[in-house]
Amino acid sequence: MQIANANRLTPYLFLAPAALVMAVALLYPIGYMIYASFLDWNPSQRIGEAEFVGLRNYVNLLSDAAFRESFWVTLKFAAVVVTIEMVLGVGLALLLDRNIRGMSVLRTLFILPMMIAPIVVGLMWRYMYHPSVGIFNRTIKSMGFEPIPWLSDGNWAFASVVIADVWQWTPFIFILSLAALQSLPQSAMEAARIDGATGWQQIVYIKLPLMMPVLIVTLLLRLIDAFKVLEVILVLTNGGPGLSTEILSLRISRTASEFRELGEAAAMSNYLLILLVILTFAMFAYNKAVEARTARLRKAAEEDL
Amino acid sequence: MAEKVYDRQNPAFYALLVALVVMAVGPIFMMLITSLKLNVDIMSDSSSLLFMPTLRNYETALCDFLWYDAPHIDYCDKTFGRALINSLIIALVSTVITLVIGCMAAYALVRFRFMGRDTVSLSTLAMRMVPPAVLLVPVFGIWTFQFQIDGTRAGIILVYVAMNLPFVIWILQSFIVQVPIQLEEAARMDGAGPFQVFFLVVLPLIKPGLAAAAIFTFRVAWNEFLLANALADRNSRTVPVTIVNSITEFDIDWGVIMATGMLLAIPPIIFTFVASRQIITGMTAGAVKG
Repeated sequence: MQIANANRLTPYLFLAPAALVMAVALLYPIGYMIYASFLDWNPSQRIGEAEFVGLRNYVNLLSDAAFRESFWVTLKFAAVVVTIEMVLGVGLALLLDRNIRGMSVLRTLFILPMMIAPIVVGLMWRYMYHPSVGIFNRTIKSMGFEPIPWLSDGNWAFASVVIADVWQWTPFIFILSLAALQSLPQSAMEAARIDGATGWQQIVYIKLPLMMPVLIVTLLLRLIDAFKVLEVILVLTNGGPGLSTEILSLRISRTASEFRELGEAAAMSNYLLILLVILTFAMFAYNKAVEARTARLRKAAEEDL
Repeated sequence: MAEKVYDRQNPAFYALLVALVVMAVGPIFMMLITSLKLNVDIMSDSSSLLFMPTLRNYETALCDFLWYDAPHIDYCDKTFGRALINSLIIALVSTVITLVIGCMAAYALVRFRFMGRDTVSLSTLAMRMVPPAVLLVPVFGIWTFQFQIDGTRAGIILVYVAMNLPFVIWILQSFIVQVPIQLEEAARMDGAGPFQVFFLVVLPLIKPGLAAAAIFTFRVAWNEFLLANALADRNSRTVPVTIVNSITEFDIDWGVIMATGMLLAIPPIIFTFVASRQIITGMTAGAVKG
């Protein structure tokens, strides 16, 4: 009887530590943040002493031009980097999906940029963008052109940040698409080849559609991560010049530490979370709709037979 | 083993490959080169590959670990050495804790059918959605005022464990599912208790999964900046925090800072070369297999 009891308890014993840690250090903080977003709270106060201000933080933020600017910068940054990385990553995967010597070495080298600390990535690129000692401006100058203000001009700074992110994360898309390509059914490709499909036709009509489910998940993962980028930008430009590269994550951390407005920072975090939730659900819904449609088409096709 | 047959490609293809490799590794290589240069060489206009390599920058950064006297160091700044130790302790301890708890949870979820895999993948995705910046305010508030563990290594470890758990549970689950249940039943038949089954039968079988999970956890804990910055005090600062602190100053000592950056980058680089297969498995497991 006792043994049976112990056995029934085992799964809970196995789960308990993880559940406890996540409840204390993940769920509780998120709930706390939602509560804090309704407070006028600065870091020297205990949360109990902070004044309850209802939705004021949210309303203030909506009319705050700086917040709207960094919201826009965040969206622009995510859209631009994810588009470029998807095109480059999938393109490279299609191009390099061949039976060549040293492919595994190549893949190893490609994941290096993702593995090293974002802080270090920022550091490397800041050095390369350096106006006098950086390699870019040195090369440009030695060819006799005007040096480029990589980090000191708003538009260039945005481009510089995008380039660094593309360098770091294109390999992620590349690796995932390559894995997807290599797990495609060989029979489909063979059938297409026998039917005389050209390389392009194979890519457009066979490979890409078959890869689509993986590509959508990849896109979603990358999009979520693009909203989390912070360290690289912090080291490269710290949001400047002006607000040209100040993405929301950065603004949240500055609002909390420099302006000492914890309530407002929490409200901002909530806006960011809501945005991410909407995007994820939109993506999921789209995925489900596509699946349903293919299932329907397949069924129709089978009925026709 | 049969010799593998490779397709022949045209030269332009190889040129492209070389270009890609240079692009991927170039910036890291440049950091390495810079960290081996004296500041005079960094600032000079001459070619960037002709210089006398020196370990001085590393000596400056690691001065309190030197067993000999480096003549060029007048004053030893111990900040980086201390940060390196903090980083090591925090990353290692949080990796071990995450793996142990995560593994147990993943096993329970798979074998005792609590929730379907869908629920777990969905909540993993939901947790992955939360940017560290969102945790900044509440973690700072709770750790400081309620748990009073701000400024301690334990406080930082707790956040890292929580942040990594969802992903670790998710990835380990996909490995545990593949362990045939008959093996466990056989062990139970022979009189093994549930804990014995777990530690002696299941764990040895999912080593590749454990390796992937360990590397990912270690990487996050080792590289993370934002929360460590908010929680750490002078004595518990990690390496990323010290690096950021030293670049916000007006005059950047590029040689030394590149050396510290290189030191921070070395462990992940080693992992990549040793276990790239596991890393790629971990990266693709979720997306490709679904």
